Amino acid sequence: MDPDLVLLLNGIVSGLLLGGLYAAAASGLAVSFGMLDIVNIAHPALMVMGAFTVVLIGTTLGLDPLLVAVLQAPLFYLLGIAIYGVYHHFFERRGEEALQGLAFFFGVMFIIEVGLVMGFGPEQRFLDPPYAFTTLRLGEIDLPLRMLAPALLALAALGLLYLYLRRSFTGLAIAAVAQDAEALRLMAVDPVRIKRLAFGISVALASIAGGALVVVQPVEPSSGQIFIGRVFAICIMGGMASLPGCLIAALLFGVVENVTATFYGPSWSPAVAFGWLLLVLAFRPQGLFGKAA
Amino acid sequence: MSATEDHVAGRPAIDRPAAALATASRVAPPPRHLLFWLAAAGLGAALVVGLRMIGNEYGYFAGYFILQYIVLASAWNILGGYAGYVNFGAAGFMAAGAYTAIALRKATGLDLLPGIVAAAAVAGLLGLGTGYLTLRLRGVFFSIATLCLAVVLQTLVVNWDYVGGSRGAYIVRPREVPPFVSYGEYMFVVMLVLAILAVGISRTVELTRLGRGLQAIRDNERAAEAMGVPTLRLKLIATTLCGALMGVAGAPLPYYSGYLNPEAAFSLAYAVNAIAMPLIGGAGSWLGPVIGAVLLGGLQQAATVTISSALNLWIVGWMLVIFVAVAPRGILGWFRKRT
Repeated sequence: MDPDLVLLLNGIVSGLLLGGLYAAAASGLAVSFGMLDIVNIAHPALMVMGAFTVVLIGTTLGLDPLLVAVLQAPLFYLLGIAIYGVYHHFFERRGEEALQGLAFFFGVMFIIEVGLVMGFGPEQRFLDPPYAFTTLRLGEIDLPLRMLAPALLALAALGLLYLYLRRSFTGLAIAAVAQDAEALRLMAVDPVRIKRLAFGISVALASIAGGALVVVQPVEPSSGQIFIGRVFAICIMGGMASLPGCLIAALLFGVVENVTATFYGPSWSPAVAFGWLLLVLAFRPQGLFGKAA
Repeated sequence: MSATEDHVAGRPAIDRPAAALATASRVAPPPRHLLFWLAAAGLGAALVVGLRMIGNEYGYFAGYFILQYIVLASAWNILGGYAGYVNFGAAGFMAAGAYTAIALRKATGLDLLPGIVAAAAVAGLLGLGTGYLTLRLRGVFFSIATLCLAVVLQTLVVNWDYVGGSRGAYIVRPREVPPFVSYGEYMFVVMLVLAILAVGISRTVELTRLGRGLQAIRDNERAAEAMGVPTLRLKLIATTLCGALMGVAGAPLPYYSGYLNPEAAFSLAYAVNAIAMPLIGGAGSWLGPVIGAVLLGGLQQAATVTISSALNLWIVGWMLVIFVAVAPRGILGWFRKRT
């Protein structure tokens, strides 16, 4: 085969795998930002924090990073509930979420990032599982397990979340609170409780995304910054509250970014990603798959 | 902040901008512009004389640090405090100014003062562009776009070899600039003039129709629009002004430190300080960012010297979170009568 074509094919395939990681990172935001209308810009920072605790626990106990990520997810759920408690008490209840709430999450993001620098030092951390250096080959196409395993975990988490939101009563209530919190109150469901629960889930997803992140690449405390644009871009392109939209946008995003990196060098890929977000914001704010407002 | 902020969220929102306009014109004292400029000039002269009598280079260094944040925080306040649009990209605009100054010097050999003017123009255009692209959407999208703009600009600068790329750029500092005792004093005086201008501009904005229109936008944009406030035009003026002032804050940075790399220029610390200072001092008033910058800037200088630089940034983060939660009107809010 033509070497350029092989390069392109490989770029697309590993872009899809990378998109799996992005889907994990963005799905939590689709819940908090998309459904609950809470602009949690600290989400990527929470993900990086998850990655650091995965490294810490995984190295100490000799466990697989993806397994640790799933095991620590309940703790992140509790953390999410605590954060939402503070947010609701001080901002949402007073109706001051716009300016002060944004500043609050920005502060939380900054506290996490600087806290990680103080706790772990500014250098990169990594934890390679045993399968990190194995690569499956399908003809001309490489499927590195380092990318495949996190992508599969992300897909599984997304699938479970989708089923939960579609099938269970609380899941439906989460979808309902996004549309009309007052109506939910009339059905004898406490919207604040539902939002607390949903925000907890979104932070638990950040933990899983953190585990996936640390398998794919080494992490440093400032890794979250570049993810802010990515996850918000994916979330907005996917139409905010839609999980399938989020997944498709994430895969597309991964492919575009990876193909750019393959052909023009990795230092250009963030500009493409963020430039794309700016264009989407300017011309299709309802997302690629969303309906016009 | 005006009295309208005290309205409970459940109240009908339609009367709020009208009330804001009414209270603003009723409560605001007759603008004493001449007095303000004279007082500012007097205070500035006193600072210069005082620092020269102390005669310590570190005094100029710390003074520059705080003054630069007064410019940055006042710039943020024009858009964030008056209009309620949160700009996360302060570092991006500031670095745009800094790199404009570097590029101008490399291309034409022009010095700091033309660099500041060019930085204002470039960063102002950048602000206008960002505003034009995103201000038709909800405020949140503007905030996210500014955050992304900073990353896009950083990528561009890292890949732009002409200004040093990721290696950074050097500017050879002259040992002495004639009327001043040292280069440090020269930089301090330049920043002092810029800070007085920035505060004066933000005060003028606050006391004119522009500021009242922006406040009406903050309180209820739709109602403001319905009352005939030209919201998009006012917001575009505000983003341009805000971007230009942030660029101005950044332009002397390479001259001040002698070396600038993208990592330092785009540091998140600028963005977080630009938000924390007005909010802690009291957003929505020209004095708030000044109080916040003096307090937080002074605290950071003290903490950097005595403790560590990571810890002092951590303290800023915590202060931001605690203040927005417990004292949403900032320090000025404590002294204001609640109506």
